Amino acid sequence: MGGEVTVFIIRRLMQSAVVVFALTLVVFFSINIIGNPVDILIDPECDQECYRKAMENFGLDRPIHEQYFVFLENAVQGDFGDSFLNKIPATELIVERLPASLELAIFAMLITLVIGIPAGMWSGLRPESPSGKLIMGGSIVGFSLPGFWVGLMLIIIFSVELDLLPSTGRGETVEVLGIRISLLTLNGLSHLVLPAITLSLYHTALIMRLTRAGVREVVLVDFIKFAHAKGLAARRVVFVHVLKNILIPVVTVLGLEFGGLLAYGVVTETIFAWPGMGKLLIDSINILDRPVVVAYVMFIVLLFITINLLVDILYSVLDPRVRIEGMGK
Amino acid sequence: MTPPPDIAVAANVFDAGEQRAEAQTPFRRFLADFTESKIAVVAFFVFVAVLLCAMFAPWISPTDPYDLSKVDIIDNRLPPGSEGIDGLTYWLGTDGAGRDMLSAILYGLRTSLFVGVTAGGIALTIGGVLGLVAAYFGGFIDTLIMRLVDFKLGFPSILIAMILLAVLGKGVDKIIISLVVVQWAYYTRTVRASALVERNREYMEAAQCLALGHFSVVFRHLLPNCLPPLIVVGTVQIASAIALEATLSFLGLGLPTTEPSLGLLIANGFDYMLSGRYWISIFPGIALLITILSINLIGDQLRDVLNPRLQK
Repeated sequence: MGGEVTVFIIRRLMQSAVVVFALTLVVFFSINIIGNPVDILIDPECDQECYRKAMENFGLDRPIHEQYFVFLENAVQGDFGDSFLNKIPATELIVERLPASLELAIFAMLITLVIGIPAGMWSGLRPESPSGKLIMGGSIVGFSLPGFWVGLMLIIIFSVELDLLPSTGRGETVEVLGIRISLLTLNGLSHLVLPAITLSLYHTALIMRLTRAGVREVVLVDFIKFAHAKGLAARRVVFVHVLKNILIPVVTVLGLEFGGLLAYGVVTETIFAWPGMGKLLIDSINILDRPVVVAYVMFIVLLFITINLLVDILYSVLDPRVRIEGMGK
Repeated sequence: MTPPPDIAVAANVFDAGEQRAEAQTPFRRFLADFTESKIAVVAFFVFVAVLLCAMFAPWISPTDPYDLSKVDIIDNRLPPGSEGIDGLTYWLGTDGAGRDMLSAILYGLRTSLFVGVTAGGIALTIGGVLGLVAAYFGGFIDTLIMRLVDFKLGFPSILIAMILLAVLGKGVDKIIISLVVVQWAYYTRTVRASALVERNREYMEAAQCLALGHFSVVFRHLLPNCLPPLIVVGTVQIASAIALEATLSFLGLGLPTTEPSLGLLIANGFDYMLSGRYWISIFPGIALLITILSINLIGDQLRDVLNPRLQK
């Protein structure tokens, strides 16, 4: 079994390497088609001579395949060039923004789990009751609501009208092991609440429905009937037998959900001016800051490949019925 | 109290009609099942109304919001219900350029629905064909297609769409391409799953025994039997395409400002919101919500009705 896992991981890593390499080609060449960043960044008064100098400075005067090889050579060492805008290495900019994005995603994930799983179980156990139906109906509204619009509405209600919570920025942060965290101060927490609610809404609705569907299937299975017949307390059956068996599908989507939270964080970060990676990406796209866009894309793809690999491994550990060699196919 | 005889008779006729209908055609039975949920019926009529509004936007809007000769800057940022300089009442207020919000929403709805439905249709066609091909031929082709699907599904839709649009730039065609790239895999997975089951049915054996060509077997015999799950996934995916387009346009990545969809209208209102001019963002958002919600509610009922596991 251990050998099989190793082979599986090695094969997946090799596939991933091919994907990442192909991606560098696609991203690098296509991003060079959409516009010349020099046009945006230089002084409009600039003459031909200073334009040429700017091109030279950014290395944009060389043939494109040469630019690519330079890019590739540096990329392997984790260097995607300096941001055109503020002359800081792009990788550094992204790493610097990572904690803020992670914090938002993790907090949103907590909300998703704490509300989604219990609500889903409740409505799964009582599908015909008014409360069960209400939860179901709520979940449809939940994933139909456009996330960015909900963010705006929350700002109108809680920041503009009620003046209860701040609508922009991250607030006070505390440094823990060199990483700034806003979860630990009351002010930071108040800045985190609205973005996290906005971000978690869609995912909460999804987890709720998934849990509910899982519960409805599991309660009909023989071993649950047997547990009841054996005279076990209803609570024990629900919290041990049912919960254990619905966790498998839930845990497997959690990895993807976390990835989704990081990705959709881009929208939330833009609305609430949350200084994370996503806001950086949108700002960089708008000013054609190529090194940052490319670095972000490569970084996020590597992150997702890692998450997907971990989820597959975790899946096989959690559910012995899933054979790891079956996953490779 | 007994009902008047004619109503009672009518009710009886109706009942009998329904019973006969159930025996008659699958479509009638489907209709009877679908209308069991009042909410789904309401959602259906709401969606038809939204669709009509979008289709006839140029004829029913009070003004043409993009005809610059008719837009008065003096009328800018008027609250809902106020009267403009030329005596026209702006029921939903005006935006920063003095455009009537109601008209802008109707036109925006048109763009949003067009993009969502077109992208959904193309993705359904491409994804569906790939799914059928994968299931029918199996082997290497199946492996290749499903690898691609798994790879695609490993990344969140918005992320792929954002990267694509960062590379492609703005435009209706470009956002449709991005949405298709994002969505085809869901259709492929769905169709393949049901086609794998259908492939081993007797009618498929019969069709193959008749020495029909691959094309005829796949599209005349296999495809119609894989349609129900495809329809369910299609409704949900069109709703999600509309939502995704709105989100991308909100971020300034999707549509150009010359063709504002609901997402772009909301984004424009974002700038005025903190100063209390809520209507520029709220009303397009409500229109978007009604559209997406009605499609999702229809899809939810379709899932129950078309699910073979729940069939009576």
